[in-house]
Amino acid sequence: MSVATKEESGKTILNDLYEATGVSVSRCYQCGKCTASCPLADEMDYTPSHILRLFQLGLDDYEDTILGAYSIWVCLNCETCYARCPQEVDIPRMMDFLRAESVRRKKVNPRAKDILSFYKTFLDSIHYTGRLYEVGLIAAYKARSFHLLQDVLMAPRLFFLGKLKLFPHLIRNRKSLSRIFKKSFSKRQEAVK
Amino acid sequence: MTKIAYYPGCSLLGSSREYDESLRAILPGLGVEPVVVPDWNCCGASSAHMLNHDLAISLPARILSLAETLGVDEMLVPCAACYNRLVVARHDMAESPDLRARITDITGMKYAGTVKPLNILEFLEKYADVIKEKIKTPFEHDVACYYGCLLVRPPKVMKFDRCEDPQTMDAIMAALGAKAVDWAFKVECCGAGHSIARTDLVGKLSSKIVDNAVNSGAEAIVVACPLCHSNLDMRRNFINRAAKKKYTIPVIYITQAIGLAMGFGDRELGLNRHLVKVRFPKKPAAQVRPETITTAPAPQTEQTEEA
Repeated sequence: MSVATKEESGKTILNDLYEATGVSVSRCYQCGKCTASCPLADEMDYTPSHILRLFQLGLDDYEDTILGAYSIWVCLNCETCYARCPQEVDIPRMMDFLRAESVRRKKVNPRAKDILSFYKTFLDSIHYTGRLYEVGLIAAYKARSFHLLQDVLMAPRLFFLGKLKLFPHLIRNRKSLSRIFKKSFSKRQEAVK
Repeated sequence: MTKIAYYPGCSLLGSSREYDESLRAILPGLGVEPVVVPDWNCCGASSAHMLNHDLAISLPARILSLAETLGVDEMLVPCAACYNRLVVARHDMAESPDLRARITDITGMKYAGTVKPLNILEFLEKYADVIKEKIKTPFEHDVACYYGCLLVRPPKVMKFDRCEDPQTMDAIMAALGAKAVDWAFKVECCGAGHSIARTDLVGKLSSKIVDNAVNSGAEAIVVACPLCHSNLDMRRNFINRAAKKKYTIPVIYITQAIGLAMGFGDRELGLNRHLVKVRFPKKPAAQVRPETITTAPAPQTEQTEEA
């Protein structure tokens, strides 16, 4: 494997990946089973085995290519690739790491902005109430993504089926949730730096 | 009454409340009393691990710590997504003492790792004999048992059933009098987390699942996960659009199927809350000849319309 390009800290993303997750890309022998198993491979710009290959070759700009890939946001973490990989490369864990890195280094693919908005809105919802409030989630997601009309037509029907709650459930100890959020995000920054 | 810790999860209070209702309806019959974990929080679902690994372990860790205060060994987790997150968190913390120390520092709570999460199928399997005794009207329908991703994967961590062709739900349904059809999409992904941001992809993935179930001769799809249910039921418009067909096959929770066999009414089981009406067109025929269904593969054509 060639020497990969280095980030400002002097460490390559490959080292970070290995340190944070224990995933070793050199185990992959490019059989392509992950890509064949992936239900969304045809929606991806770089398939799972292709991403592993980019890591293995370590050509110029490979970090930007991987962190800016749409694939890492298309991935649903259904874990089929990992379940079938003969070399047990934990691709879903690698994808988790790449998404977090992509956000941290501001390399998120522009096509993925809706998907990222959804995840962020979801986390905001549980951050402040402790539990997911579905109506609030959808409303906040709309405000964030500007998809104002999507799903609105379903609302009255869902309401009559008793599936829409008008008020969120608040847990009592919301401070403990704030603590978890605050510490999780600050710890991760330290760990990566 | 046996007491068991119960973690409903957010979906069961909102869009999947019929799952909670049907589960609570059948539990007394099994002699089980659910004790809700006090002040439980959201498990973080996929959004947490998509963006922050520590958060994705800490949120379930708080739930496990709270469950430990109840002094129980097992916690029933009907939602497959919550179950997956809880098992992964427990597994990762058991594997790595460093991680465990870091997470208990984040949550600020004691964690012993003594409470084992049970998914709905593991739980029902334990009570299979009791369920059999309680059957009033056998559930004589052909069903496609759909497990989805989260109960079986990653197999190394979940250690539940066979990861490519699980059998637990098939066995429970067979005990109720149903015939579990042999089909190919038992553990395929329905699109789960993209339900809101990329509904088109959910339509595409879920349409393959519904199509295969219908073509395998199923009258209903039985699920054990609120995400699978909402994608296959609430997103049926997108499925029909993606497949250019009109599927009418209902999607029911396994607890609803058990409830029906135990003689509960539709409303008690929340069957009225589904977007796709729960009807079994072949019901009279199936009651007359429960074993001869294999000779008549034709009835499915009434459920599909060519584009």
